[in-house]
Amino acid sequence: MHVPTMANLMAEGKSPDILFWVGCSGSFDDRAKKITKALVKILNHCKVNFAVLGSEESCTGDPAKRAGNEFTFQVQAHMNIQVLNSYQVKKIVTACPHCFNTLKNEYPELGGNYIVVHHTQLIQDLILSGRLALEGNETFKGKKITFHDPCYLGRANDVYEAPRSLIEKLDAELVEMKRCKANGLCCGAGGAQMFKEAEKGKKEINLERTDDALETKASIIATGCPFCNTMMTDGIKHAEKESEIKVWDIAELIANAADL
Amino acid sequence: MLEIFIFCILLVTGFGWFAFNVYKVCHNIRLGRDEMRSNQTSKRWRTMILVAFGQKKMFSKPLVALLHLSLYVAFVITQIELIEIIADGITGEHRIFQASLGNFYVFIISFIELLSLLAFVGTIAFLARRNMLKLPRFTMDELKGWPMKDANLILIMEIVLILCIFTMNGADEAMQSESYGFLISSFLGASVFQGMDYNTLHVLENIGWWGHFIMVLTFMNYLPYSKHFHIFLAFPNTYFSNLEKKGKFKNMKSVTTEVKLMLDPSGDSQDGVEVETPPKRFGAKDVVDLTWKNLLDAYTCTECGRCTSSCPANITGKKLSPRKIMMDTRDRLVEIGELKRKHGKDYDDGKSLLGNYISEEEIWACTSCNACVQECPVNIDPLSIIIDLRRYLVMEESKMPNELAGMLTNIDNNGAPWQFSPSDRLNWANEN
Repeated sequence: MHVPTMANLMAEGKSPDILFWVGCSGSFDDRAKKITKALVKILNHCKVNFAVLGSEESCTGDPAKRAGNEFTFQVQAHMNIQVLNSYQVKKIVTACPHCFNTLKNEYPELGGNYIVVHHTQLIQDLILSGRLALEGNETFKGKKITFHDPCYLGRANDVYEAPRSLIEKLDAELVEMKRCKANGLCCGAGGAQMFKEAEKGKKEINLERTDDALETKASIIATGCPFCNTMMTDGIKHAEKESEIKVWDIAELIANAADL
Repeated sequence: MLEIFIFCILLVTGFGWFAFNVYKVCHNIRLGRDEMRSNQTSKRWRTMILVAFGQKKMFSKPLVALLHLSLYVAFVITQIELIEIIADGITGEHRIFQASLGNFYVFIISFIELLSLLAFVGTIAFLARRNMLKLPRFTMDELKGWPMKDANLILIMEIVLILCIFTMNGADEAMQSESYGFLISSFLGASVFQGMDYNTLHVLENIGWWGHFIMVLTFMNYLPYSKHFHIFLAFPNTYFSNLEKKGKFKNMKSVTTEVKLMLDPSGDSQDGVEVETPPKRFGAKDVVDLTWKNLLDAYTCTECGRCTSSCPANITGKKLSPRKIMMDTRDRLVEIGELKRKHGKDYDDGKSLLGNYISEEEIWACTSCNACVQECPVNIDPLSIIIDLRRYLVMEESKMPNELAGMLTNIDNNGAPWQFSPSDRLNWANEN
């Protein structure tokens, strides 16, 4: 798989148009790595001049900040900004809404000013500019797909349209859950919950959200966040509905439809 | 003459006492930390006009929004009649504006009556919903006792206000040889008040007039003690809304200074960096550690519970309720504000918001999903309070769930929330 790093490109005297910020999930989590690879396939297919930081990338500090540790967050932010600025990065794409939010909203004040896009926005651009064509593909034709809004993409940054427009490009039937867009229900992973057990209650949040998705009778739950992906996948397993409904990231659906 | 005297005494006492209570509320709000919320004025006005004046966010529930709107418009319009009542009371006149305004006067009073009737229907509907429908958000633990009584009391006062207006106008209509032509009370005068003798009608009209006036003063003075204060505070609160993206959490400037010093001890890169004096504490333990906007939020909350009914943690049975966070903040602020006025601004009663009012279990259940912020019809932000309480626990007391401590250590040690080496970050590129 062709994955240029910033360090290598710099050694060759080149600079990429866009940095792919992979994120910790995308780098280390087995399920999320598949999303990373799907996005790289799309980028390579569309001949996007991109690069990753590789071992120079570090956690954005999002979970630390949401857990209340501003020190750890700002240390991470300063180190990342030093690296990003030293490579004169202008534009960043990421498949993780948490990285997206932090890089886009919280880094500028600390000296990191970049154009930051979510991968669904970039893919939408690639299709609109004609660099990626899905016409005539029938992989998902007529299939019912529901989209789970990641909180840090939707409510936190008002991105609702890009992922939905991609589902429509698949020629699939987009079915909304009763709680969607600005009223979407969290998967349960945000605010550092991903890394701890939930407090005592009647039900796990991801199971509540899985019920919303099952109600739509969709055969696919599309997400745009590695954490949501984990939570929804676990929810489907718990409901023993793995044979009826699958969880895919939008990048995977697009890569699949484009036969990549 | 005696009536004018009594009227003026009541008027001055009523407004004076209200002003004193408003002063106390302002004093309490100013106990909070600074926060810049005065930039982008045109956007702020627009937000206030849409969200507070236009009640935009209420319309996610259209029926309730319409009932609420009729109460709100009736409340605003009825103030015209109040102006006349005050003018009549001071001068001893009767319907002082009628002669000069003529038909327009009849139109205004009729309009007020129509809206009052709608408001009456709305109030009865809200009373029924609160006491008979048993909606979960109106029957939760945090509403038991005073908050529930407060809610009902407000609705009952509104009914009394409306009944007084109709008694006053209806009896007055029945006393006239020729009807004023008021839309609803001309009908009441010819039905309910028909056949009563003049003296009875006169007493009834007086009861309505004085009743309405005294009720208005009572209502107004009740507001600063009640959740119903939102009828005023919704306006400043939406004006001072957070205009940034909801996902953006504040970067703590005091931490920026320390981190820069830590990573660059020589201070070479300190040029142009504002050096912040370290705060008394990181994050918030008590209400005085919160910002003034957090405290204004608390006074503005009318306890409708839309935040809580959209909260994923609350929906799944966790202890967290964003509404309770706001109620606790206000209760604690009222308590400590009173003590500080009595014993001086440095007084410490040994209690705090975190611990005595809000438990650690509550704040750790938050997913920071912003549903509560999204839902609030008056742009209250419970999430920023929750995060500031977490900051205090983590940065001042190092208290957090064990797994989070592990996650933070991993980020510190290897730049990821899990125990993976940075050198393995690109392994995925060579895997199948």
